[in-house]
Amino acid sequence: MPIAGDSRKDALPMQDVEPSAPSSVRTIDIINRRLNKRYRAEKRFKRLGLAAILSSLLFLGLLFTSIVSQGYSAFVQTYILLDIHFSRDAFDVSNLAGADYNGLIRKSLQSLFPEVRDRQEKRMLNGLVSSGAPFQIQKMVMSDTSMIGSTRSVWVPADDDVDMLMKGRIDRSAPEAERRLKDVQLGWIDGLRGDLRLKKKFNRIFFTSGDSREPELAGILGATMGSMYTLIVTLLLSFPVGVASAIYLEEFAPRNKWVDLIEVNINNLAAVPSIVFGLLGLAVFLNFFGLPRSAPLVGGLVLTLMTLPTIIIASRVSIQSVPPSIREAALGVGASKMQTVFHHVMPLAIPGMLTGTIIGMARALGESAPLLMIGMVAFIVDPPGGILEPATVLPVQIYLWADSPERAFVERTSAAIIVLLAFLMVMNAAAVFLRSRFERRW
Amino acid sequence: MNFPLLLIVIFVFSQAAYWLGYKKAFFSAGEKGPVHLHSRPQYYGTLTVLWCVIPPLFILVAWSVFSETVLTGLALKTMSEYTGNLSPDEISLLKSDLRNIVSGRFIPPAADAALLEAADHYRHMRDIGRQGLSALALASMILGTIIVLVRIRPGMRARNHVEKMISITLITCSTIAIFTTVGIVLSVLFESILFFQQVPVTEFLFGLKWSPQMAIRADQVAASGSFGAVPVFAGTVMISTIAMLVAAPLGLMSAIYLSDYADRKFRAAVKPLLEILAGVPTVVYGFFAALTVAPVIRQFGESLGLSVSSESALAAGLVMGIMIIPFVMSISDDVINAVPQALRDGSYALGATKSETIKKVIIPAALPGIVGGMLLAVSRAIGETMIVVMAAGLSANLTANPLQAVTTVTVQIVTLLVGDQEFDSPKTLAAFALGLLLFVVTLILNIIALYIVRKYREQYE
Repeated sequence: MPIAGDSRKDALPMQDVEPSAPSSVRTIDIINRRLNKRYRAEKRFKRLGLAAILSSLLFLGLLFTSIVSQGYSAFVQTYILLDIHFSRDAFDVSNLAGADYNGLIRKSLQSLFPEVRDRQEKRMLNGLVSSGAPFQIQKMVMSDTSMIGSTRSVWVPADDDVDMLMKGRIDRSAPEAERRLKDVQLGWIDGLRGDLRLKKKFNRIFFTSGDSREPELAGILGATMGSMYTLIVTLLLSFPVGVASAIYLEEFAPRNKWVDLIEVNINNLAAVPSIVFGLLGLAVFLNFFGLPRSAPLVGGLVLTLMTLPTIIIASRVSIQSVPPSIREAALGVGASKMQTVFHHVMPLAIPGMLTGTIIGMARALGESAPLLMIGMVAFIVDPPGGILEPATVLPVQIYLWADSPERAFVERTSAAIIVLLAFLMVMNAAAVFLRSRFERRW
Repeated sequence: MNFPLLLIVIFVFSQAAYWLGYKKAFFSAGEKGPVHLHSRPQYYGTLTVLWCVIPPLFILVAWSVFSETVLTGLALKTMSEYTGNLSPDEISLLKSDLRNIVSGRFIPPAADAALLEAADHYRHMRDIGRQGLSALALASMILGTIIVLVRIRPGMRARNHVEKMISITLITCSTIAIFTTVGIVLSVLFESILFFQQVPVTEFLFGLKWSPQMAIRADQVAASGSFGAVPVFAGTVMISTIAMLVAAPLGLMSAIYLSDYADRKFRAAVKPLLEILAGVPTVVYGFFAALTVAPVIRQFGESLGLSVSSESALAAGLVMGIMIIPFVMSISDDVINAVPQALRDGSYALGATKSETIKKVIIPAALPGIVGGMLLAVSRAIGETMIVVMAAGLSANLTANPLQAVTTVTVQIVTLLVGDQEFDSPKTLAAFALGLLLFVVTLILNIIALYIVRKYREQYE
């Protein structure tokens, strides 16, 4: 006899044994059947919960595998070995920068493939080498003029299309018209490979140069420096101010409307969308105070306002966890209120405050939306030299590269994400370490 | 004397001032020894340092804030016969030319002799100003130190003075939160009022067409600029709804499982892993949505014969939902743990299974808290920017189909404000109007949510 699963009956199984039940059905059977049903429901519910957790973990796994699988290859880069003859007549010693370095590379390629005569084919041949190679040669010559007149073997970066082919991200079997590299070029590349002149090496350029329109020359140094300057400004402003507010609110503030207003404000600011802070930065710091656009100083100011609530809330919790007996003991031996707080409460609360600050800094490091508003989204090649120079930051660099159409930028974006996540992991690990090492339970 | 050198001098002198104040305190106590001082001698030193450092720093800050405006004004006065009949715009152009010449960045080709002369005058005045500044700063530093040193007596309440100053600093720091809120409100409100002078509020709130491109020429086709924001709101609502459909069940069920079913080992292993999801920067989610999720959804939809936009609302909403899962989870976890154990025990004593207890006792008891948490999550979803900027579209379609591209409030703010801005065009000002709306909506959601959560907590305390 199936019993309809009215919720009230389910909850209180003892009450719903119907008096008119036929005598052939024993009560215990009904209860057992219902029990089985209830246990099945219990199992179903438990599995549902487990499924929720597993699917969240699955998303996490997918996110990381997709990024790592796309990005790991950007840490190596294809280089071509060229024998470059630095002939004396190519250089004017008084004007080394004016020499035709591109010509040197073209000549060396020509000597590798003497059969190439056609103009268009020559251009395709030269296209195998990165447009940044002449600058590399120029730097070499300018740092060591003794090489003029000799022939040297130099590893120069290959064009991003060659790099993509070497990494298997260009499909050779696709029709020629749909491919970035033509059949002749594939032939040359295979030839170079056969001569061991094409090799994947560690991608130093990625870590030592700023942004570039050419994927093979683009690096994260500029963005990392920008992030560093921005974070330094944020830290220097938000830590003292946040700790000071927390101390005031926890230890000194009277209970009145004014202090309530401050508390309500802090709680609300913690939940204001980050982009609104960008609007504030644009209207107040840039338009009203006339601070320079794209500068880490302004970025740091905006991020300070954004991370302050996090730091204040964490610091307050940390101060609250110091037991009142500490304060009473200090006051008892004649310390003033200020001495009690700064000499006795603060040292015990500092680890918790630092933990909160590191977590706030990690959030600030990953933040990009408000920085778009204050112009830190510009294309900037040179690493910034100070907090007033135009700069961009790592997350914004990721955003910019993600928008670039070149295939090779996908792996660089992923690689930049890997670097950013590595920074975040280090910071969070530091916070966890601080918490476990120094935080006392009372 | 240049700035860094001045700071170094002030720092070195402050060390000396500390020592002087310290010694003076001992000296003034005389034979009776430091026991007879009102405060410990360190406080006399600190007080001297404060009076030695604060006045010159104040002067330096004032100089760096106001010097440029004053100097530019003075320099322009020298060429008053030129500037007399210029419009304000031309004068501001002249000012920026002047600053460029002075800083040596570049010399505008149109610079005439009068401007160069004014620049020379500027530099001259600036050099005089800087010398005067250094002298003034150093004088105030020495004067402040001497005044304190002279007044140090055994009965001087140095500690109280120092503590008063620290206390003022603490209060100032804690009011920054209020100033930030005021700053946000004023900055968005001011520009929004300018916007609503050009575009009526009713059109903005109820208009069905959003195309903020303004005509550059009067006769230009299809660029009239219309600011009906309903399609933008609809897009925001749709993406947030998709996100909540993902995050609410997954987050709530995960929290329930972790708090009521999982053993301690499982909990200790899984909880930090799920919290990683909360620490991943949103730009990473955006990249994931645009490059991994969107193509998968598109392929899947097309294999079913549906037309899927490459910037579908579904992809952005799905990934945003994943981002919010840990947020929903941690709030639900708090709320569920706040339900008194006695309620659970009562339910178990009546013979209810775990799932029955959860469904019929814990969730109804925790409902206000859960609703509050969900509202906070919704406000997050509405304000989230990078995921939608990277994965949702720009075109404002008024549609209910999640496979099409829609746009959101945050996307529009970013596209309208990135790049060059003119602060008299409705196109730029529209971003601030959207910002105002975003701020007000999230503020209301937050206030309601925080109120509900607090009421709920009080109920069980």
